[in-house]
Amino acid sequence: MPKATAKRNATPTAAADIFPHGSLLDIERLSPAEITAILEDARRMEKARADREARRKLGNQFSGKRVALLFYEASTRTRVSFEYASKTLGAMTTIVNATASSIEKGESLLDTGYTLRALGTHVVVMRHPSSGAPHLLAEYLGAPVINAGDGMHEHPTQALLDAYTILNHRKTLRGLRLALVGDIFHSRVARSNIHLLSKFGAKIVMCGPKALLPDLATTLAPGLAIERDLNKALRGAEVVMMLRVQKERLAGLNLDPHDYVANYQLTSERLRQARPGALVMHPGPMVRGMEITAEVADSSRSLIVEQVANGVPVRMAVLARALRGRP
Amino acid sequence: MKPVLIRGGRVVDPANQVDGLFDVLLQDGRVQQVAAPGAIRATGTRVIDARGMVVAPGFVDIHVHLRQPGQEYKETIATGTATAVAGGFTSVCCMPNTVPVNDSPEITRWMRAPERGAVVNVFPIAAATVGSLGEKLTDYSKLKSAGAVAVTDDGKPILGDAIMEQALRAAAKLGLPVIQHAEDTRLTGGCSMNLGPTSFRLGLRGMPVEAESGIVERDIALARKTGAHLHVAHISTRKALAAVRKAKKDGVRVTCEVTPHHFTLLDEHVGDYNTNYKMNPPLRGDDDRAAMIRGLLDGTIDAIATDHAPHALHEKEQEFDRAPMGITGLETALPLALQVLHRAHKLPLPRLIALLSTNPARLLSLKGKGHLGRGAHADVVIFDPDAKWTFYAADSRSKSKNTPFDGWQFTGRVLTAVVSGQIVFTAKDAKVAKG
Repeated sequence: MPKATAKRNATPTAAADIFPHGSLLDIERLSPAEITAILEDARRMEKARADREARRKLGNQFSGKRVALLFYEASTRTRVSFEYASKTLGAMTTIVNATASSIEKGESLLDTGYTLRALGTHVVVMRHPSSGAPHLLAEYLGAPVINAGDGMHEHPTQALLDAYTILNHRKTLRGLRLALVGDIFHSRVARSNIHLLSKFGAKIVMCGPKALLPDLATTLAPGLAIERDLNKALRGAEVVMMLRVQKERLAGLNLDPHDYVANYQLTSERLRQARPGALVMHPGPMVRGMEITAEVADSSRSLIVEQVANGVPVRMAVLARALRGRP
Repeated sequence: MKPVLIRGGRVVDPANQVDGLFDVLLQDGRVQQVAAPGAIRATGTRVIDARGMVVAPGFVDIHVHLRQPGQEYKETIATGTATAVAGGFTSVCCMPNTVPVNDSPEITRWMRAPERGAVVNVFPIAAATVGSLGEKLTDYSKLKSAGAVAVTDDGKPILGDAIMEQALRAAAKLGLPVIQHAEDTRLTGGCSMNLGPTSFRLGLRGMPVEAESGIVERDIALARKTGAHLHVAHISTRKALAAVRKAKKDGVRVTCEVTPHHFTLLDEHVGDYNTNYKMNPPLRGDDDRAAMIRGLLDGTIDAIATDHAPHALHEKEQEFDRAPMGITGLETALPLALQVLHRAHKLPLPRLIALLSTNPARLLSLKGKGHLGRGAHADVVIFDPDAKWTFYAADSRSKSKNTPFDGWQFTGRVLTAVVSGQIVFTAKDAKVAKG
């Protein structure tokens, strides 16, 4: 088994080099060019899916490759779209759930990884409740790891599909005015989106109560602003990105759900503060009646369903990048 | 045992205001004579040529985890003390968070027994409360008689005001210091690093500096009230240090120590979730690190202690929030202190030696330790302040390799260590000759 301790200690800043090529661990370390390449590849994937001949070719591209979907946390859209994406590329998939595997018997993350590798896994897609778990796995596995959400850290494929979705409606991310509303502190979706959008020069205003949006949040990327008043935060926004708020979390922080709804729920009336034709996004799962009203979620301005659908071509592009494995 | 003559070194003995070229004769486990070079006859002695070297009282680490009894897979008293001596430490004070907790005279005596195979002096620090549960005081009088030099619930801070006051009163009667790991665990649940931009970026829960300073402020108030000696373990924040500085001015009996990693590293160095940068207290931001260096330079900080905390590879190679806190530190303390304090911040060598030896020995009243006056215990370290070398974790004498300093290039290296007049460590390139 590889022992990379010396390598990772000597130069912590150069640590990016130790991860297998094709890994997607977080948005933060990607260059704008790398992100653009993935998004362009996703467009090609989407086109190819619509064409019978191209679809057949696509399905032969990675036949015989094995993708493991290692899920330590529950998921619907991310897991299913990764599975469909893998199969559309011709790769085999297997789902490993924490509760129905040797993980339940106490097998460590690295031992689980070594087991998957010994079974011939080419790429591991992992969701894990611990921030940084994909980095640990990628360092030791010797095969690409795709982060499907790690703790409160990042959810890179969500940010990629969100950018893809926005670019279906807007020419560029540069100068885009975006309001990001809700539980930013606990949100891996927020961190990934902030990194991605600010790399392309979007103007992000974050909104939420202090317990869910500490002042520290502005240190995440250059040019970030906080506006505690939702009406003001929405003013002039072209995209409103809502984040899920869990009732249990509010209870833990002594926040009253009624107050939250009163101050931070996206309603049709509040949405009028935004630019006419502003788009509404939500990474799901959403809690209707909590952070967003059903009316807004189901309105013509809502891209929520489109976001889910775009998960497949974007994850195909990410998987192809990992399965190719070469720079 | 043959007498040992250390010749021609720069003898730095802050307790006796000695700093110059001298010969040192060690005989019958004591310092027999410190005299001008060549003044002592070498006949019948083992001679150590220390020309170009620094000769100092052996270092005293008042904060180490030797993991025995109970966690021998991480470290033992034998391996931990073998590690200590390679770092120039000739005395170590071991923390009570063993399995079981050292809250009894029996365990304290067991730790000190010759069968444990210690190669340096081991001074146990006993639990301040039974099982370190923070409820009922242990028997300080019996623990002291058994050899305990202080009491603490290290790792499990004493949060209750009443029990902390009781501990201070009971310890004061016996002249024992109470050592506190200052962390308000009500503010640090689920946290695995310092609260700041890095913890936010990495999606990790962060410990606020107030979790440390709040307890230090409370403890100082109790020390003021009781007149007891409070010692703050591994201080790491500017705010807590300011409280100590003020209390010292006011005449409160409070002292503190800092670890080499807290004056060397920053929270942002954790990189991609490297668990060898995970310890408690956590690495802090630049403002706090700078305050630690100021505190060392202005004398507010009394001692350097390593908080040597070995953990097995399989424990550290885990998800960051699951991996245990702590790093090894005995072999890297001197070179880090030389690099950061002596060379980068111009701390004079005698003051550095005082922080590593004289002061910690005084803090815990270790008689005969920390100085080289006639009759002192023959515990001596000889180091080359200019030797360049690379530290590799794989070469560490510790059973555990959890250090962030693997592969670091250092200037300044321990060559020889003497404990009770016996040469217990010699680096490959040191010169020892028969007289």
